[in-house]
Amino acid sequence: MAELILAGFGGQGVMSMGQMLAYAGMLEQKKVSWIPSYGPEMRGGTANCAVVITDEEIGSPVVVEPDVVVAMNLPSMDKFESTIKPGGVLLYNSSLIDRKPARDDITVLAIPANEVANELGNTRVANMVMMGALLTQTGVVKVDSIHKGLEQVLPSHRQDLLEVNKQAMERGSKLAAE
Amino acid sequence: MAKQLMKGNEAIAEAAIKAGCRHFFGYPITPQNELPQYMSRRMPQVDGVFLQAESEVSAINMVYGAAGAGARVMTSSSSPGISLKQEGISYLAGSQLPCVIVNIIRGGPGLGGIQPAQSDYFQATRGGGHGDYRVIVYGPASVQEMVDLTMEAFDVADRYRNPVMILGDGVLGQMMEPVEFHYKPAEGLPAKDWATTGAAGRDPNVINSLSLVAEHLEEHNWRLQDKYKEATEKEQRWELYNCDDAELVLVAYGTTSRIVKSAVNQLREQGIKAGLLRPISLFPFPEKAFAQLPSSVKNFLAVEMSAGQMVDDVRLTVNGATPVHFYGRTAGVIPGPAEIIKKAKEVAGGEK
Repeated sequence: MAELILAGFGGQGVMSMGQMLAYAGMLEQKKVSWIPSYGPEMRGGTANCAVVITDEEIGSPVVVEPDVVVAMNLPSMDKFESTIKPGGVLLYNSSLIDRKPARDDITVLAIPANEVANELGNTRVANMVMMGALLTQTGVVKVDSIHKGLEQVLPSHRQDLLEVNKQAMERGSKLAAE
Repeated sequence: MAKQLMKGNEAIAEAAIKAGCRHFFGYPITPQNELPQYMSRRMPQVDGVFLQAESEVSAINMVYGAAGAGARVMTSSSSPGISLKQEGISYLAGSQLPCVIVNIIRGGPGLGGIQPAQSDYFQATRGGGHGDYRVIVYGPASVQEMVDLTMEAFDVADRYRNPVMILGDGVLGQMMEPVEFHYKPAEGLPAKDWATTGAAGRDPNVINSLSLVAEHLEEHNWRLQDKYKEATEKEQRWELYNCDDAELVLVAYGTTSRIVKSAVNQLREQGIKAGLLRPISLFPFPEKAFAQLPSSVKNFLAVEMSAGQMVDDVRLTVNGATPVHFYGRTAGVIPGPAEIIKKAKEVAGGEK
């Protein structure tokens, strides 16, 4: 059972990241759910979604105490760091977040997602750098399942983006393995 | 067909189209906007009609028109918008017109909030508008069940010539889960020989809810009541979970029932004989499910995202034979398993 919260500001691709994880879990015959936060949010604040991937029937799709949090910007880390289960995982985007997490009872990974994405020439794949790191750290779904999901989700005229997405995931995976 | 990952709101829309709905009239409101949005894209692809009306009142009266012409028709909204539609729903019921109405509930009263709630249960199951009428109401608990019940709702609406409501909430509307679509048209549905399809070669059909002679109107009312009796006999739907030896039965529907199921599992691990009775049809309320429960049941605990509405139906059904307790959160707050377990233990008499 894995309960994840993915958070960032609008446009950082946290919603689609969550959908890709849910889709991959579905391809692996697991029970999955995805739900966005849809309450009032400040511009520049946080947009987030919750994903549950498990072998058992899913109760609430709303995640209160996540096993894993991905924070793509500072307001997201401020909001969710304290909610992570003891022993859980926090991945944060160190390109945009300059403070270190305060928790010492969780595993923390600092991933410079925007810098890596810029090196790859496409700042929009920062979320996929994070995805690579997330999969290597947690093994919540297989890398292959995300690739399959990407192939299905990307429209035919966008299939050229597959390669850079895969590269981004590989780079993120390496950073997490270090 | 392979499984798809869909939002509840979108899945309802696709299910309606699969069930032959080609007319949708609506007006935007959170948290159900993905439903009309999806319809606006899909209806033109299947030669259907998507129309964003100037108001909810207008949309429900367009439903009246399309239903009167014999079409399968849907409208959707959320709580404040459903309140605006009540006059039209009463007219639809009075005129015996089939249609499917979706309410993705948000917190109230008034304009309220946009977070999920179940506080429109009374409105949905007691008729909602004026007059002695009922709407058949389903409370799905997953995206797949939203699909299955929406498809069934069109058949049931046609069978009873009555509005059918799908009662969801913001969680079910917004969440994505894997779904499959399997629609088999029901057999033996009555022909719509009452519809206003052009009177060439036959006497005109009149669709109307006005009847000024009291005795005639009463006769009409008894006919409506006969339909509700028949639906009460035939259309009750429910799920029993871990009830075979249960001493405490929790009663919950929709989103809340998912959380209660998690709570029941945890209570069982702690040695408390808890079970879940999940109403799927809300009108008719599944009284028959209670008759199936074992004599070991000592307490009922209704759990809702409201200040206590469905619990009244539990009390009416149990009729004083067993204590009925209640736990609820309202206005958009979703209860967690821990608080439900705490209440359940209080009811069951502390930890074993």
